Amino acid sequence: MYTQGLDQKDKPAGARQRAEAPEQAEAFQARVDAEEKIEAKDWMPEAYRRTLIRQISQHAHSEIIGMQPEGNWLTRAPTLKRKAILLAKIQDEAGHGLYLYSAAETLGVSRDQMVAELLSGKAKYSSIFNYPALTWADIGAIGWLVDGAAIMNQIPLCRCSYGPYSRAMIRICKEESFHQRQGFDILVALCNGTDKQKAMAQDALNRWWWPSLMMFGPSDKESKHSAQSMAWKIKRFSNDELRQKFIDVTVPQAEFLGLDMPDDELEFDESTGHYRHGEIDWQEFLDVLAGNGPCNRQRMAKRRKAHDDGAWVREAAYAYAEKHAAKDAA
Amino acid sequence: MNKESALLAYVTRVGDNALVLGQRMIELVAAYPELEEELANANFALDYIGQARMFYAYAGELEGQGRGEDDFAFLRDENEFRNLLLLEQPNGHFGDSITRLVLFEAFYLAQLESLTHCGASRVAEIAARAEKEIRYHLRHNTQWLVRLGDGTDESHRRVQESVNVLWRFTGEMFEVDEIDTIVEKAYGGPKLEELRERWLADIDAILINATLDKPEEGWMASGGKAGRHTEHLGYMIAEMQYLQRSHPGASW
Repeated sequence: MYTQGLDQKDKPAGARQRAEAPEQAEAFQARVDAEEKIEAKDWMPEAYRRTLIRQISQHAHSEIIGMQPEGNWLTRAPTLKRKAILLAKIQDEAGHGLYLYSAAETLGVSRDQMVAELLSGKAKYSSIFNYPALTWADIGAIGWLVDGAAIMNQIPLCRCSYGPYSRAMIRICKEESFHQRQGFDILVALCNGTDKQKAMAQDALNRWWWPSLMMFGPSDKESKHSAQSMAWKIKRFSNDELRQKFIDVTVPQAEFLGLDMPDDELEFDESTGHYRHGEIDWQEFLDVLAGNGPCNRQRMAKRRKAHDDGAWVREAAYAYAEKHAAKDAA
Repeated sequence: MNKESALLAYVTRVGDNALVLGQRMIELVAAYPELEEELANANFALDYIGQARMFYAYAGELEGQGRGEDDFAFLRDENEFRNLLLLEQPNGHFGDSITRLVLFEAFYLAQLESLTHCGASRVAEIAARAEKEIRYHLRHNTQWLVRLGDGTDESHRRVQESVNVLWRFTGEMFEVDEIDTIVEKAYGGPKLEELRERWLADIDAILINATLDKPEEGWMASGGKAGRHTEHLGYMIAEMQYLQRSHPGASW
Protein backbone atom coordinates (compact mmCIF):
# COMPACT_ATOMS: atom_id res chain seq x y z
CA MET A 1 0.00 0.00 0.00
CA TYR A 2 2.62 2.56 -0.93
CA THR A 3 1.41 5.86 -2.19
CA GLN A 4 2.65 9.33 -2.50
CA GLY A 5 6.18 8.62 -1.31
CA LEU A 6 7.26 8.13 -4.86
CA ASP A 7 6.76 11.76 -5.55
CA GLN A 8 8.64 13.29 -2.69
CA LYS A 9 11.91 14.86 -3.54
CA ASP A 10 15.01 12.94 -2.62
CA LYS A 11 17.50 14.57 -0.30
CA PRO A 12 20.83 15.58 -1.81
CA ALA A 13 23.18 12.65 -1.83
CA GLY A 14 25.78 14.42 0.30
CA ALA A 15 29.09 13.04 1.42
CA ARG A 16 27.96 9.42 1.52
CA GLN A 17 27.60 9.19 -2.20
CA ARG A 18 30.40 7.30 -3.88
CA ALA A 19 31.86 8.63 -7.05
CA GLU A 20 29.88 7.01 -9.82
CA ALA A 21 31.63 6.57 -13.13
CA PRO A 22 29.43 7.52 -16.07
CA GLU A 23 30.08 4.18 -17.74
CA GLN A 24 28.75 2.33 -14.67
CA ALA A 25 25.56 4.38 -14.75
CA GLU A 26 25.18 3.74 -18.46
CA ALA A 27 25.69 0.01 -18.09
CA PHE A 28 23.17 0.00 -15.26
CA GLN A 29 20.59 1.88 -17.33
CA ALA A 30 21.15 -0.52 -20.23
CA ARG A 31 20.38 -3.46 -17.98
CA VAL A 32 17.22 -1.76 -16.72
CA ASP A 33 16.18 -0.92 -20.28
CA ALA A 34 16.68 -4.56 -21.24
CA GLU A 35 14.26 -5.48 -18.41
CA GLU A 36 16.99 -7.35 -16.51
CA LYS A 37 16.42 -7.59 -12.77
CA ILE A 38 18.87 -5.73 -10.55
CA GLU A 39 19.88 -7.87 -7.59
CA ALA A 40 21.16 -6.91 -4.13
CA LYS A 41 24.84 -7.41 -4.89
CA ASP A 42 24.78 -5.69 -8.28
CA TRP A 43 26.17 -2.22 -8.73
CA MET A 44 23.46 0.43 -8.62
CA PRO A 45 23.42 4.22 -8.46
CA GLU A 46 23.22 5.54 -4.90
CA ALA A 47 20.08 7.49 -5.74
CA TYR A 48 18.40 4.33 -7.05
CA ARG A 49 19.27 2.57 -3.79
CA ARG A 50 17.96 5.46 -1.69
CA THR A 51 14.77 5.76 -3.69
CA LEU A 52 14.07 2.08 -3.23
CA ILE A 53 14.87 2.09 0.47
CA ARG A 54 12.51 5.00 0.98
CA GLN A 55 9.74 3.49 -1.12
CA ILE A 56 9.97 -0.08 0.19
CA SER A 57 10.29 0.94 3.83
CA GLN A 58 7.38 3.34 3.46
CA HIS A 59 5.39 0.51 1.95
CA ALA A 60 6.35 -1.77 4.87
CA HIS A 61 5.40 0.89 7.43
CA SER A 62 2.06 1.32 5.68
CA GLU A 63 1.33 -2.38 6.07
CA ILE A 64 2.08 -2.20 9.78
CA ILE A 65 0.12 0.98 10.49
CA GLY A 66 -2.63 -0.29 8.18
CA MET A 67 -3.33 -3.07 10.66
CA GLN A 68 -4.76 -0.52 13.08
CA PRO A 69 -7.93 0.75 11.36
CA GLU A 70 -9.02 -2.79 10.55
CA GLY A 71 -7.91 -4.09 13.92
CA ASN A 72 -10.37 -1.59 15.33
CA TRP A 73 -13.23 -3.88 14.20
CA LEU A 74 -11.72 -7.28 14.92
CA THR A 75 -13.22 -7.59 18.37
CA ARG A 76 -16.60 -6.42 17.03
CA ALA A 77 -16.81 -8.32 13.74
CA PRO A 78 -20.44 -9.41 13.34
CA THR A 79 -19.93 -13.14 12.67
CA LEU A 80 -17.21 -15.66 13.46
CA LYS A 81 -16.56 -16.16 9.77
CA ARG A 82 -16.09 -12.42 9.18
CA LYS A 83 -13.89 -12.26 12.26
CA ALA A 84 -11.70 -15.10 10.99
CA ILE A 85 -11.40 -13.58 7.50
CA LEU A 86 -10.54 -10.15 8.86
CA LEU A 87 -7.98 -11.65 11.21
CA ALA A 88 -6.40 -13.60 8.35
CA LYS A 89 -6.24 -10.40 6.32
CA ILE A 90 -4.57 -8.44 9.09
CA GLN A 91 -2.13 -11.29 9.60
CA ASP A 92 -1.30 -11.10 5.89
CA GLU A 93 -0.53 -7.42 6.35
CA ALA A 94 1.93 -8.15 9.12
CA GLY A 95 3.45 -10.72 6.76
CA HIS A 96 3.68 -8.16 3.96
CA GLY A 97 5.43 -5.82 6.36
CA LEU A 98 7.91 -8.57 7.11
CA TYR A 99 8.70 -9.40 3.45
CA LEU A 100 9.03 -5.73 2.63
CA TYR A 101 11.38 -4.97 5.52
CA SER A 102 13.43 -7.95 4.36
CA ALA A 103 13.45 -6.68 0.77
CA ALA A 104 14.60 -3.26 2.00
CA GLU A 105 17.31 -4.88 4.14
CA THR A 106 18.90 -6.27 0.97
CA LEU A 107 19.71 -2.64 0.13
CA GLY A 108 21.86 -2.22 3.22
CA VAL A 109 19.49 -0.76 5.82
CA SER A 110 18.46 -2.66 8.97
CA ARG A 111 14.91 -3.22 10.12
CA ASP A 112 15.79 -1.51 13.42
CA GLN A 113 16.85 1.62 11.52
CA MET A 114 13.66 1.62 9.48
CA VAL A 115 11.46 1.11 12.53
CA ALA A 116 13.33 3.87 14.38
CA GLU A 117 12.61 6.23 11.49
CA LEU A 118 8.93 5.35 11.56
CA LEU A 119 8.71 5.89 15.31
CA SER A 120 10.57 9.18 15.17
CA GLY A 121 8.17 10.43 12.53
CA LYS A 122 10.94 10.80 9.94
CA ALA A 123 9.62 8.02 7.71
CA LYS A 124 6.12 8.27 6.31
CA TYR A 125 3.41 5.70 5.80
CA SER A 126 0.36 5.84 3.60
CA SER A 127 -1.88 8.73 4.64
CA ILE A 128 -5.01 6.70 4.06
CA PHE A 129 -4.50 4.99 7.41
CA ASN A 130 -4.90 8.30 9.16
CA TYR A 131 -8.61 8.10 8.50
CA PRO A 132 -10.82 6.38 11.10
CA ALA A 133 -12.71 3.09 10.65
CA LEU A 134 -15.98 4.16 12.25
CA THR A 135 -18.42 1.41 11.33
CA TRP A 136 -18.32 -2.20 10.19
CA ALA A 137 -19.01 -0.97 6.65
CA ASP A 138 -15.64 0.79 6.77
CA ILE A 139 -14.01 -2.63 6.85
CA GLY A 140 -15.78 -3.36 3.58
CA ALA A 141 -14.80 0.01 2.12
CA ILE A 142 -11.17 -0.37 3.17
CA GLY A 143 -10.95 -3.74 1.43
CA TRP A 144 -12.80 -2.63 -1.67
CA LEU A 145 -11.38 0.87 -2.15
CA VAL A 146 -8.12 1.07 -0.22
CA ASP A 147 -6.89 -2.38 -1.17
CA GLY A 148 -8.34 -1.85 -4.64
CA ALA A 149 -6.29 1.33 -5.06
CA ALA A 150 -3.27 -0.40 -3.58
CA ILE A 151 -3.55 -3.20 -6.12
CA MET A 152 -3.60 -0.68 -8.98
CA ASN A 153 -0.39 0.76 -7.60
CA GLN A 154 1.19 -2.57 -6.84
CA ILE A 155 0.56 -4.72 -9.89
CA PRO A 156 3.08 -2.69 -11.93
CA LEU A 157 5.57 -3.07 -9.06
CA CYS A 158 5.65 -6.81 -9.72
CA ARG A 159 7.73 -5.79 -12.76
CA CYS A 160 9.92 -3.38 -10.79
CA SER A 161 13.56 -3.46 -11.92
CA TYR A 162 14.76 -4.35 -8.42
CA GLY A 163 14.49 -8.14 -8.09
CA PRO A 164 13.82 -8.56 -4.35
CA TYR A 165 11.08 -5.90 -4.40
CA SER A 166 9.53 -7.33 -7.54
CA ARG A 167 9.40 -10.83 -6.05
CA ALA A 168 7.93 -9.58 -2.77
CA MET A 169 5.27 -7.72 -4.73
CA ILE A 170 4.24 -10.77 -6.73
CA ARG A 171 3.45 -12.57 -3.50
CA ILE A 172 1.78 -9.57 -1.91
CA CYS A 173 -0.44 -8.88 -4.91
CA LYS A 174 -1.91 -12.36 -4.79
CA GLU A 175 -3.01 -11.77 -1.21
CA GLU A 176 -4.19 -8.21 -1.87
CA SER A 177 -6.62 -9.40 -4.47
CA PHE A 178 -8.20 -11.70 -1.88
CA HIS A 179 -8.37 -8.72 0.48
CA GLN A 180 -10.13 -6.62 -2.06
CA ARG A 181 -12.72 -9.32 -2.70
CA GLN A 182 -13.43 -9.80 1.00
CA GLY A 183 -14.07 -6.06 1.32
CA PHE A 184 -16.44 -6.03 -1.61
CA ASP A 185 -18.19 -9.09 -0.24
CA ILE A 186 -18.84 -7.32 3.09
CA LEU A 187 -20.48 -4.48 1.18
CA VAL A 188 -22.56 -6.86 -0.96
CA ALA A 189 -23.98 -8.33 2.25
CA LEU A 190 -24.71 -4.87 3.68
CA CYS A 191 -26.26 -3.57 0.46
CA ASN A 192 -28.56 -6.60 0.34
CA GLY A 193 -29.40 -6.13 4.01
CA THR A 194 -31.58 -3.81 6.05
CA ASP A 195 -32.00 -0.08 5.39
CA LYS A 196 -29.65 0.65 8.26
CA GLN A 197 -27.01 -1.65 6.83
CA LYS A 198 -27.28 -0.08 3.40
CA ALA A 199 -27.04 3.40 4.90
CA MET A 200 -23.92 2.24 6.73
CA ALA A 201 -22.40 1.13 3.39
CA GLN A 202 -23.26 4.44 1.69
CA ASP A 203 -21.76 6.42 4.55
CA ALA A 204 -18.55 4.40 4.33
CA LEU A 205 -18.28 5.00 0.56
CA ASN A 206 -18.88 8.72 1.12
CA ARG A 207 -16.03 8.93 3.59
CA TRP A 208 -13.50 6.65 1.87
CA TRP A 209 -13.92 7.57 -1.80
CA TRP A 210 -11.92 10.78 -1.91
CA PRO A 211 -9.11 9.63 0.38
CA SER A 212 -8.80 6.52 -1.83
CA LEU A 213 -8.31 8.70 -4.91
CA MET A 214 -5.61 10.60 -3.05
CA MET A 215 -3.71 7.33 -2.52
CA PHE A 216 -2.34 7.65 -6.06
CA GLY A 217 -0.47 10.79 -5.06
CA PRO A 218 -0.48 14.31 -6.53
CA SER A 219 -1.65 14.91 -10.07
CA ASP A 220 0.94 14.48 -12.80
CA LYS A 221 1.32 18.21 -13.31
CA GLU A 222 2.30 18.58 -9.63
CA SER A 223 4.40 15.45 -9.48
CA LYS A 224 7.80 16.53 -10.71
CA HIS A 225 9.97 13.75 -9.41
CA SER A 226 8.64 10.61 -10.95
CA ALA A 227 10.51 10.83 -14.27
CA GLN A 228 13.63 9.27 -12.75
CA SER A 229 11.59 6.44 -11.16
CA MET A 230 10.02 5.82 -14.56
CA ALA A 231 13.45 5.68 -16.24
CA TRP A 232 14.64 3.22 -13.60
CA LYS A 233 11.51 1.12 -14.10
CA ILE A 234 10.60 1.36 -10.45
CA LYS A 235 7.46 3.18 -11.51
CA ARG A 236 5.68 2.32 -14.75
CA PHE A 237 2.56 4.46 -14.87
CA SER A 238 1.88 8.01 -13.78
CA ASN A 239 -0.28 8.85 -10.76
CA ASP A 240 -3.10 10.16 -12.91
CA GLU A 241 -3.05 7.13 -15.22
CA LEU A 242 -3.41 4.77 -12.28
CA ARG A 243 -6.05 6.93 -10.60
CA GLN A 244 -8.10 6.98 -13.81
CA LYS A 245 -7.83 3.23 -14.15
CA PHE A 246 -9.04 2.81 -10.57
CA ILE A 247 -12.02 5.10 -11.11
CA ASP A 248 -12.97 3.34 -14.34
CA VAL A 249 -12.95 -0.04 -12.61
CA THR A 250 -14.62 1.08 -9.39
CA VAL A 251 -17.61 3.13 -10.57
CA PRO A 252 -19.40 0.15 -12.17
CA GLN A 253 -18.78 -1.83 -8.95
CA ALA A 254 -20.53 0.90 -6.95
CA GLU A 255 -23.43 0.72 -9.42
CA PHE A 256 -23.58 -3.03 -8.88
CA LEU A 257 -23.83 -2.40 -5.14
CA GLY A 258 -26.55 0.21 -5.70
CA LEU A 259 -24.51 2.94 -3.99
CA ASP A 260 -24.19 6.56 -5.10
CA MET A 261 -20.74 7.95 -5.79
CA PRO A 262 -20.08 11.03 -3.65
CA ASP A 263 -19.02 13.11 -6.66
CA ASP A 264 -21.64 15.20 -8.47
CA GLU A 265 -19.30 15.81 -11.37
CA LEU A 266 -18.61 12.17 -12.04
CA GLU A 267 -19.71 11.18 -15.52
CA PHE A 268 -18.73 8.79 -18.27
CA ASP A 269 -17.06 10.46 -21.21
CA GLU A 270 -18.00 8.55 -24.36
CA SER A 271 -15.24 10.18 -26.38
CA THR A 272 -12.41 9.02 -24.10
CA GLY A 273 -14.02 5.88 -22.68
CA HIS A 274 -13.15 7.10 -19.19
CA TYR A 275 -15.01 8.66 -16.27
CA ARG A 276 -14.46 12.34 -15.63
CA HIS A 277 -14.35 13.24 -11.95
CA GLY A 278 -14.58 16.30 -9.74
CA GLU A 279 -11.62 18.13 -8.29
CA ILE A 280 -9.75 16.37 -5.51
CA ASP A 281 -9.27 18.44 -2.36
CA TRP A 282 -5.49 18.53 -2.39
CA GLN A 283 -5.41 20.76 0.64
CA GLU A 284 -6.89 17.90 2.67
CA PHE A 285 -4.25 15.59 1.23
CA LEU A 286 -1.47 17.98 2.23
CA ASP A 287 -2.95 18.47 5.69
CA VAL A 288 -3.10 14.74 6.38
CA LEU A 289 0.39 14.29 4.97
CA ALA A 290 1.62 17.05 7.29
CA GLY A 291 0.30 15.13 10.29
CA ASN A 292 -3.10 16.73 10.64
CA GLY A 293 -5.40 13.92 9.61
CA PRO A 294 -8.05 12.54 11.94
CA CYS A 295 -5.85 9.75 13.32
CA ASN A 296 -2.18 10.59 12.69
CA ARG A 297 -1.38 11.06 16.35
CA GLN A 298 -3.45 8.10 17.47
CA ARG A 299 -1.81 5.72 15.00
CA MET A 300 1.71 6.76 15.94
CA ALA A 301 0.93 6.74 19.66
CA LYS A 302 -0.30 3.18 19.44
CA ARG A 303 2.73 2.04 17.43
CA ARG A 304 5.14 3.76 19.83
CA LYS A 305 3.36 2.28 22.83
CA ALA A 306 3.56 -1.23 21.36
CA HIS A 307 7.26 -0.71 20.70
CA ASP A 308 7.97 0.74 24.16
CA ASP A 309 5.87 -1.88 25.96
CA GLY A 310 7.85 -4.56 24.16
CA ALA A 311 11.28 -3.21 25.11
CA TRP A 312 11.70 -5.47 28.15
CA VAL A 313 10.62 -8.48 26.08
CA ARG A 314 13.19 -7.80 23.37
CA GLU A 315 15.86 -7.24 26.01
CA ALA A 316 14.95 -10.55 27.64
CA ALA A 317 15.13 -12.38 24.33
CA TYR A 318 18.60 -10.93 23.60
CA ALA A 319 19.82 -11.67 27.12
CA TYR A 320 18.58 -15.25 26.91
CA ALA A 321 20.16 -15.77 23.50
CA GLU A 322 23.50 -14.37 24.68
CA LYS A 323 23.48 -16.39 27.88
CA HIS A 324 22.81 -19.60 26.01
CA ALA A 325 25.23 -18.86 23.19
CA ALA A 326 27.90 -18.40 25.88
CA LYS A 327 26.89 -21.68 27.54
CA ASP A 328 26.88 -23.52 24.23
CA ALA A 329 30.32 -22.15 23.39
CA ALA A 330 31.71 -23.19 26.78
CA MET B 1 -28.66 -35.17 32.82
CA ASN B 2 -28.58 -37.66 29.96
CA LYS B 3 -25.47 -38.36 27.97
CA GLU B 4 -26.60 -36.35 24.93
CA SER B 5 -27.17 -33.23 27.03
CA ALA B 6 -23.84 -33.74 28.73
CA LEU B 7 -22.05 -34.01 25.38
CA LEU B 8 -23.76 -30.85 24.12
CA ALA B 9 -22.76 -28.97 27.28
CA TYR B 10 -19.22 -30.33 27.02
CA VAL B 11 -18.75 -29.37 23.38
CA THR B 12 -20.17 -25.90 23.99
CA ARG B 13 -17.80 -25.46 26.89
CA VAL B 14 -14.76 -26.40 24.82
CA GLY B 15 -15.99 -23.98 22.15
CA ASP B 16 -16.41 -21.23 24.76
CA ASN B 17 -12.85 -21.71 25.94
CA ALA B 18 -11.59 -21.35 22.37
CA LEU B 19 -13.69 -18.28 21.59
CA VAL B 20 -13.01 -16.37 24.79
CA LEU B 21 -9.26 -16.95 24.60
CA GLY B 22 -9.25 -16.18 20.86
CA GLN B 23 -11.10 -12.93 21.51
CA ARG B 24 -8.58 -11.91 24.18
CA MET B 25 -5.73 -12.62 21.75
CA ILE B 26 -7.44 -10.56 19.05
CA GLU B 27 -7.42 -7.58 21.38
CA LEU B 28 -3.62 -7.67 21.12
CA VAL B 29 -3.44 -7.40 17.35
CA ALA B 30 -1.16 -4.52 16.31
CA ALA B 31 0.26 -4.25 19.84
CA TYR B 32 2.93 -6.97 19.94
CA PRO B 33 6.60 -6.33 20.74
CA GLU B 34 7.98 -7.79 17.49
CA LEU B 35 6.57 -8.30 14.04
CA GLU B 36 7.26 -12.04 14.13
CA GLU B 37 5.24 -12.33 17.35
CA GLU B 38 2.49 -10.24 15.83
CA LEU B 39 2.20 -12.88 13.13
CA ALA B 40 2.32 -15.72 15.64
CA ASN B 41 -0.39 -14.19 17.81
CA ALA B 42 -2.73 -13.58 14.87
CA ASN B 43 -2.08 -17.08 13.59
CA PHE B 44 -2.80 -18.67 16.96
CA ALA B 45 -5.92 -16.54 17.51
CA LEU B 46 -7.13 -17.65 14.11
CA ASP B 47 -6.71 -21.27 15.19
CA TYR B 48 -8.81 -20.62 18.29
CA ILE B 49 -11.58 -18.88 16.35
CA GLY B 50 -11.56 -21.80 13.91
CA GLN B 51 -11.83 -24.30 16.74
CA ALA B 52 -14.69 -22.37 18.34
CA ARG B 53 -16.53 -22.42 15.03
CA MET B 54 -16.14 -26.19 14.68
CA PHE B 55 -17.21 -26.93 18.25
CA TYR B 56 -20.18 -24.54 18.07
CA ALA B 57 -21.33 -25.83 14.70
CA TYR B 58 -21.31 -29.35 16.13
CA ALA B 59 -23.08 -28.17 19.30
CA GLY B 60 -25.80 -26.75 17.04
CA GLU B 61 -26.14 -30.11 15.32
CA LEU B 62 -26.30 -31.95 18.63
CA GLU B 63 -28.93 -29.57 19.93
CA GLY B 64 -31.02 -29.90 16.77
CA GLN B 65 -32.87 -26.61 17.16
CA GLY B 66 -31.39 -24.82 14.19
CA ARG B 67 -28.80 -22.78 16.10
CA GLY B 68 -25.54 -22.16 14.28
CA GLU B 69 -22.07 -21.06 15.36
CA ASP B 70 -23.00 -17.39 15.47
CA ASP B 71 -26.01 -18.00 17.69
CA PHE B 72 -23.69 -19.56 20.23
CA ALA B 73 -21.12 -16.77 19.97
CA PHE B 74 -23.29 -13.70 19.65
CA LEU B 75 -26.70 -14.39 21.10
CA ARG B 76 -25.98 -15.98 24.45
CA ASP B 77 -25.66 -13.92 27.61
CA GLU B 78 -22.59 -13.80 29.75
CA ASN B 79 -23.87 -16.35 32.28
CA GLU B 80 -24.51 -18.84 29.48
CA PHE B 81 -20.82 -18.93 28.65
CA ARG B 82 -18.99 -21.81 30.34
CA ASN B 83 -15.37 -20.91 29.68
CA LEU B 84 -12.64 -21.14 32.29
CA LEU B 85 -12.09 -17.98 34.32
CA LEU B 86 -8.40 -18.05 33.38
CA LEU B 87 -9.25 -17.32 29.76
CA GLU B 88 -11.41 -14.26 30.35
CA GLN B 89 -8.84 -12.42 32.49
CA PRO B 90 -7.58 -9.21 30.88
CA ASN B 91 -4.42 -9.51 28.81
CA GLY B 92 -1.98 -7.63 31.00
CA HIS B 93 1.54 -7.48 29.56
CA PHE B 94 3.24 -9.86 27.14
CA GLY B 95 4.46 -12.07 29.98
CA ASP B 96 0.92 -12.40 31.35
CA SER B 97 -0.34 -13.42 27.90
CA ILE B 98 2.39 -15.99 27.43
CA THR B 99 1.94 -17.40 30.93
CA ARG B 100 -1.81 -17.76 30.47
CA LEU B 101 -1.26 -19.55 27.18
CA VAL B 102 1.27 -21.99 28.59
CA LEU B 103 -0.84 -22.78 31.67
CA PHE B 104 -3.95 -23.35 29.57
CA GLU B 105 -2.41 -25.03 26.55
CA ALA B 106 -0.55 -27.62 28.63
CA PHE B 107 -4.02 -28.64 29.88
CA TYR B 108 -5.88 -28.17 26.59
CA LEU B 109 -3.39 -30.23 24.62
CA ALA B 110 -3.84 -33.14 27.03
CA GLN B 111 -7.62 -32.70 26.88
CA LEU B 112 -7.58 -32.74 23.07
CA GLU B 113 -5.29 -35.76 22.93
CA SER B 114 -7.70 -37.63 25.15
CA LEU B 115 -10.71 -36.50 23.08
CA THR B 116 -9.15 -37.84 19.88
CA HIS B 117 -9.80 -41.31 21.36
CA CYS B 118 -13.30 -40.60 22.63
CA GLY B 119 -16.43 -42.35 21.44
CA ALA B 120 -18.08 -39.24 19.99
CA SER B 121 -16.59 -39.45 16.51
CA ARG B 122 -17.13 -35.84 15.40
CA VAL B 123 -15.58 -34.57 18.63
CA ALA B 124 -12.62 -36.89 18.03
CA GLU B 125 -12.20 -35.46 14.51
CA ILE B 126 -12.28 -31.86 15.64
CA ALA B 127 -9.93 -32.67 18.52
CA ALA B 128 -7.46 -34.34 16.16
CA ARG B 129 -7.27 -31.20 14.07
CA ALA B 130 -7.08 -28.83 17.03
CA GLU B 131 -4.44 -30.97 18.75
CA LYS B 132 -1.92 -30.36 15.95
CA GLU B 133 -2.44 -26.62 16.24
CA ILE B 134 -2.20 -26.49 20.02
CA ARG B 135 0.91 -28.70 20.10
CA TYR B 136 2.66 -26.11 17.97
CA HIS B 137 1.32 -23.16 20.00
CA LEU B 138 2.48 -24.71 23.24
CA ARG B 139 5.98 -25.27 21.90
CA HIS B 140 6.22 -21.67 20.75
CA ASN B 141 4.74 -20.19 23.92
CA THR B 142 6.86 -22.39 26.17
CA GLN B 143 9.99 -21.11 24.44
CA TRP B 144 8.88 -17.58 25.25
CA LEU B 145 8.14 -18.38 28.87
CA VAL B 146 11.63 -19.85 29.19
CA ARG B 147 13.21 -16.81 27.49
CA LEU B 148 11.37 -14.43 29.79
CA GLY B 149 12.02 -16.44 32.93
CA ASP B 150 15.70 -16.91 32.11
CA GLY B 151 16.19 -13.55 30.36
CA THR B 152 16.85 -10.38 32.36
CA ASP B 153 16.15 -9.69 36.04
CA GLU B 154 13.22 -7.56 34.99
CA SER B 155 11.67 -10.18 32.73
CA HIS B 156 12.18 -12.85 35.40
CA ARG B 157 10.48 -10.70 38.03
CA ARG B 158 7.59 -9.81 35.73
CA VAL B 159 6.85 -13.31 34.52
CA GLN B 160 7.21 -14.83 38.01
CA GLU B 161 4.51 -12.37 39.05
CA SER B 162 2.39 -13.49 36.07
CA VAL B 163 2.68 -17.12 37.20
CA ASN B 164 1.84 -16.19 40.80
CA VAL B 165 -1.23 -14.18 39.80
CA LEU B 166 -2.64 -16.59 37.24
CA TRP B 167 -1.95 -19.76 39.22
CA ARG B 168 -5.19 -19.39 41.20
CA PHE B 169 -7.16 -19.86 37.98
CA THR B 170 -5.61 -23.22 37.13
CA GLY B 171 -7.51 -25.36 39.63
CA GLU B 172 -10.74 -24.94 37.71
CA MET B 173 -9.35 -26.82 34.72
CA PHE B 174 -9.36 -30.03 36.76
CA GLU B 175 -12.58 -29.58 38.72
CA VAL B 176 -14.85 -32.47 37.86
CA ASP B 177 -18.56 -31.78 37.50
CA GLU B 178 -21.48 -33.87 36.29
CA ILE B 179 -20.80 -33.03 32.64
CA ASP B 180 -17.18 -34.20 32.85
CA THR B 181 -18.21 -37.36 34.64
CA ILE B 182 -20.89 -38.33 32.12
CA VAL B 183 -18.66 -37.55 29.12
CA GLU B 184 -15.90 -39.63 30.68
CA LYS B 185 -18.14 -42.59 31.45
CA ALA B 186 -20.42 -42.54 28.39
CA TYR B 187 -17.93 -41.47 25.69
CA GLY B 188 -14.53 -42.31 27.12
CA GLY B 189 -13.78 -38.62 27.62
CA PRO B 190 -10.78 -37.25 29.53
CA LYS B 191 -10.08 -38.37 33.08
CA LEU B 192 -9.37 -35.02 34.70
CA GLU B 193 -7.34 -36.47 37.58
CA GLU B 194 -4.94 -38.05 35.07
CA LEU B 195 -4.81 -34.84 33.08
CA ARG B 196 -3.93 -32.99 36.27
CA GLU B 197 -0.99 -35.25 37.07
CA ARG B 198 0.37 -34.89 33.58
CA TRP B 199 -0.20 -31.13 33.62
CA LEU B 200 1.64 -30.74 36.92
CA ALA B 201 4.58 -32.73 35.62
CA ASP B 202 4.71 -30.75 32.35
CA ILE B 203 4.35 -27.38 34.05
CA ASP B 204 6.97 -28.34 36.65
CA ALA B 205 9.44 -29.11 33.89
CA ILE B 206 8.67 -25.89 32.03
CA LEU B 207 8.98 -23.74 35.16
CA ILE B 208 12.31 -25.34 36.09
CA ASN B 209 13.57 -24.67 32.60
CA ALA B 210 12.36 -21.09 32.87
CA THR B 211 14.07 -20.74 36.30
CA LEU B 212 10.67 -19.86 37.77
CA ASP B 213 9.19 -21.00 41.08
CA LYS B 214 6.00 -22.96 41.21
CA PRO B 215 3.53 -21.16 43.49
CA GLU B 216 2.56 -22.80 46.78
CA GLU B 217 -0.66 -24.79 46.86
CA GLY B 218 -3.41 -22.35 47.75
CA TRP B 219 -6.89 -21.05 47.13
CA MET B 220 -8.26 -21.63 43.65
CA ALA B 221 -10.88 -19.53 41.87
CA SER B 222 -13.82 -21.35 40.40
CA GLY B 223 -17.15 -20.78 38.68
CA GLY B 224 -16.57 -20.31 34.95
CA LYS B 225 -17.53 -23.87 34.10
CA ALA B 226 -20.88 -23.23 35.80
CA GLY B 227 -21.45 -19.79 34.25
CA ARG B 228 -20.35 -17.69 37.25
CA HIS B 229 -17.78 -15.35 35.80
CA THR B 230 -15.49 -12.53 36.82
CA GLU B 231 -16.56 -8.98 35.95
CA HIS B 232 -14.24 -8.99 32.95
CA LEU B 233 -16.28 -11.32 30.75
CA GLY B 234 -19.30 -9.01 30.52
CA TYR B 235 -17.34 -6.27 28.80
CA MET B 236 -15.78 -8.68 26.38
CA ILE B 237 -19.14 -10.18 25.45
CA ALA B 238 -20.79 -6.76 25.13
CA GLU B 239 -18.11 -5.60 22.71
CA MET B 240 -18.07 -8.83 20.75
CA GLN B 241 -21.86 -9.07 20.38
CA TYR B 242 -22.56 -5.39 19.73
CA LEU B 243 -23.44 -5.57 16.03
CA GLN B 244 -25.61 -8.67 16.29
CA ARG B 245 -27.45 -7.16 19.26
CA SER B 246 -28.00 -3.72 17.71
CA HIS B 247 -29.20 -5.11 14.35
CA PRO B 248 -31.39 -8.05 15.39
CA GLY B 249 -31.90 -10.60 12.63
CA ALA B 250 -29.62 -8.88 10.10
CA SER B 251 -27.34 -10.89 7.83
CA TRP B 252 -23.68 -9.96 7.55
